[in-house]
Amino acid sequence: MTRSYLHLASAAAVLALTACSAPLPSSADLDKLTQDIVARSFRAQGQAGVDRLQPDEDNRLCSEADRTGAPVDAKLAQAIEARNMATIKGPSDGKYLGDWKEGEKIAQDGRGKTWTDPANMANGGNCYNCHQISREELSYGTLGPSLYQYGKIRGVTDPNSAAAKPIVEYTWGKINNARAYNACSSMPRFAHKGILTEAQIKHVMALLLDPTSPVNK
Amino acid sequence: MTHRQDVHGAKRWLLIALMGLASVAQAQKSSTDSIAEYRAMLQDGNPADLFEAKGEDLWKQKRGPKNASLEQCDLGKGPGVVKGAWVELPRYFADTGRVQDLESRLLTCMEQLQGFKADEIAKTPFGRGEQANVTALATWISAESKGMKFNLSQSHPQERVMYEVGKRLFFMRGGPHDFACATCHAQDDKRIRLQDLPNLTQQPGAGNGFGAWPAYRVSNGQMWSAQLRLNDCYRQQRFPYPLFGSEATIALGVYMGVNGKGGEATAPAIKR
Repeated sequence: MTRSYLHLASAAAVLALTACSAPLPSSADLDKLTQDIVARSFRAQGQAGVDRLQPDEDNRLCSEADRTGAPVDAKLAQAIEARNMATIKGPSDGKYLGDWKEGEKIAQDGRGKTWTDPANMANGGNCYNCHQISREELSYGTLGPSLYQYGKIRGVTDPNSAAAKPIVEYTWGKINNARAYNACSSMPRFAHKGILTEAQIKHVMALLLDPTSPVNK
Repeated sequence: MTHRQDVHGAKRWLLIALMGLASVAQAQKSSTDSIAEYRAMLQDGNPADLFEAKGEDLWKQKRGPKNASLEQCDLGKGPGVVKGAWVELPRYFADTGRVQDLESRLLTCMEQLQGFKADEIAKTPFGRGEQANVTALATWISAESKGMKFNLSQSHPQERVMYEVGKRLFFMRGGPHDFACATCHAQDDKRIRLQDLPNLTQQPGAGNGFGAWPAYRVSNGQMWSAQLRLNDCYRQQRFPYPLFGSEATIALGVYMGVNGKGGEATAPAIKR
């Protein structure tokens, strides 16, 4: 092959490369396009209205962090945690723990809030989808940490004691709104988003913290 | 189909698969292996075969208002070329001016060649009428690429834009539970209950996950297309209902398919 042929070949390669690497729209334009496509691509079904697609600011920031692999900066994370913390209310009657047997049922139950679920049903907690909890239930997920012996490991012998107060309050807060403690936690915000009622959260609290719960055996 | 039913299905399954195993600890360790064994046993008689046969018939049959077959349908490799088409989809089509996946492309062909109304088919519930036929066609067409490697094009600007949109959708947290596709499918070696979750952001998870659908689901005895798979993912994410062949579901197909480059096509697979 002669030198001029080589030159021609490399010029063609550059042309092809340029054509292939035609610049993508800016990241902001792609964000906008994605929102437009979302608006065109979904319809309401059952209780799942299209209002569910309106991202709140926390989700927008965390989604971007997940996508780019660059965590939200510390200041922003603090702001997210602070505004989620502000949503957490203590139990209305001052009692944090309900019945662990009911808590186990809620932890097992993965139903609720899909477009095939009736809007008026009690929602499940989906807990076992992501966490090990009791020793007996082998069908547990691994997306979240194991919660087996949750109270025992943390030294909770009397959930009503002053010594147990910090861990009881933290657990309450975590279930009510996990993103008060970890800005981009994957855990649903059970009270803040109206998934579980206060009474249901008390039952799940008992499952984790009651010394008589099988979790702490 | 709820999570709970899924879980009960899995439990039933586990019981079958674990028969003979004595201790609970042993069961824990080998449950995934046992499920894999059970799946391997099922491979001998995957009911997807029946849908494949139906799909091939539908491709060749003269049907619709124009009484024509689909044999001149262009799935991206030229009119009538079926083998290898599926491992390159979704892709950009010049005649429609957009990126299409297999199912949305089939609707285009059914409208243009056979005279069906694509809009009407898109609105038909899964498993009914012409929708059931689209699923059977997709089953046969995907089977014709079985064992081939995924190789989606990213040469057209729209294909690259759809990848970026798909990526944004994949990570988009929303709905009452703040779930994104990424909540379950962006890490290696995770499970929901006992079900292994493929990491769809990279190989090998993307090829294994995306490359398995259409698949026959033992738990409900249904053939599920890729569009139905995504539809049910969104249901479980507590999102509203994605339209059949919507830009969102196609963009996700581009994202997963490109991530799965080099992965082997296993569809039509058999799933629990």
